[in-house]
Amino acid sequence: MTGVAIAQLEKRYRSHGYDEIVALENVDVTIEHGSFVTIVGPSGCGKSTLLRILAGTLERTSGQVLINGRSVNGPTREMGVVFQSPVLLPWRSVLANVTVPAEIQGMEKKAAVQRARALLATVGLSGFEDRYPAELSGGMAQRAGICRALVHQPDFLLMDEPFGALDAMTRETMNLELLRIWREQGITVVLVTHSIPEAVFLADRVIVMTPRPGRIAEILPVELPRPRTLAMFNTPEFGRHVTAIRRHFSTEAELD
Amino acid sequence: MDGSISARAHSVTIKPEKTARRVRSASLKENGLVAPILFVILMATWEVAVRVLEIPAIVLPPPSSVAMALVREVMSPSFLYHFGVTFTEIVAGFAAGAVLGIVLGVAIGQSEFLERVVYPYVVAFQTVPKVAIAPIIVIWFGYGLSSKVVITATIVFFPLLANTIAGLRSAPRDQIEMLRAHTANDWQVFHMVRLPHALPYIFAGLDIAIVLAVIGAVVGEFVGARAGLGFLILQKNFTFDMAGSFAILIVLSLIGVGLHGIIVTVQRRLLFWTSVNDRGRIATF
Repeated sequence: MTGVAIAQLEKRYRSHGYDEIVALENVDVTIEHGSFVTIVGPSGCGKSTLLRILAGTLERTSGQVLINGRSVNGPTREMGVVFQSPVLLPWRSVLANVTVPAEIQGMEKKAAVQRARALLATVGLSGFEDRYPAELSGGMAQRAGICRALVHQPDFLLMDEPFGALDAMTRETMNLELLRIWREQGITVVLVTHSIPEAVFLADRVIVMTPRPGRIAEILPVELPRPRTLAMFNTPEFGRHVTAIRRHFSTEAELD
Repeated sequence: MDGSISARAHSVTIKPEKTARRVRSASLKENGLVAPILFVILMATWEVAVRVLEIPAIVLPPPSSVAMALVREVMSPSFLYHFGVTFTEIVAGFAAGAVLGIVLGVAIGQSEFLERVVYPYVVAFQTVPKVAIAPIIVIWFGYGLSSKVVITATIVFFPLLANTIAGLRSAPRDQIEMLRAHTANDWQVFHMVRLPHALPYIFAGLDIAIVLAVIGAVVGEFVGARAGLGFLILQKNFTFDMAGSFAILIVLSLIGVGLHGIIVTVQRRLLFWTSVNDRGRIATF
């Protein structure tokens, strides 16, 4: 039982004095091991909430979340998480930032440093190991953030709008790099985004979510060949996928 | 004393503008020239005013006689002894108060229970003027060194306690969540993120406290002592040796400036990741 199985997942927030807010309702989805799944939707659709529940940093109200057959009740070593901002610690060098999860989980230091160096090399950050975060560009910092999420050899890479803060050009490069990393590492990626083209370009399947209450509107298989190339953005096939997803939002809400 | 206020003031100014930094460094360059010139003008005005207005030396000695008194005092055989006594009181009291403040601050910062139970007493204690309890402390701990160390420690304690608590709380949520998501426990969150964020606050506290420590030691000596620079000032006042009093004051302020300089230097080395402007704000508070 590898992969993720979510059944009847529900998340409600109760803020005292106000009405209950339903962040997620009736969420059913399975994610096969080794696949690349993206979650797309406007703000308030619960996509980040869903990712946090998967990461174990947020408790669910009800329902079942199984990761590799075990019910989630807190963060586990099988997860690597990438956030909207790189969240690097400014007093640690790039290398020491990347090894943070390895340190937390008591990995042998030599092995951790070796793996961190190798990961940094695959994202083109060789030679930046001893630099400090303040010296990195946004794209470089987020690359380091991805390396950090992979250093402890997790089964899953959870990414919460990881490229949202980057400019369009850097974003495309990062998308290609991410696909390469995914292929090389053989991991399962769940990526949250509010960009429909990005969601289609990366994914095996796109989970389309709509807000108030947050629920899954459609799970769309992407029938584009791999490896994906930037030229695919201009194919009618790609356009069809984007249109199919956009249809869900035209009557619901504006995309942010 | 104002520890918590300084911490808050600091937290407001976390992200300084780049232009502000440029303006600041430019003004620093000018200060390099302006400060000595201003000093010379001030001293000259003081000297001339005292002589022209024929102010008696008992009221205000001219800077020239203060300078001569300073040389006389420093050369006198007992000076090193008195200096050593006061310096020891300052450093020992500062160290004891700082360690207590930081340790209790960490304990309170980690536990909401402790904060509810202990903190009200600490605040109540802080509202008592330390100068007012100095005579009691001298009775409890005697005329020697230990009573001054205790008085100094009680004054130093609070800014460090308050700043340590505020600093531990200042750790950004996203950094804590990043550690948690990768299975960090409370201890790991503490030493990997909370403590590094508390350090700028702790140094701001140390910087406030070192100046207070000088005050604490002198107040202790005023209340009752047989040695020390504060004791010397009392003696000089007794014999109307105003120039001598001024000279000792200069020595005291040099101690304060020197210790402050050490703290700022350590801070710069240790907290290299905080912005230059940020450090300036902490240091000059």
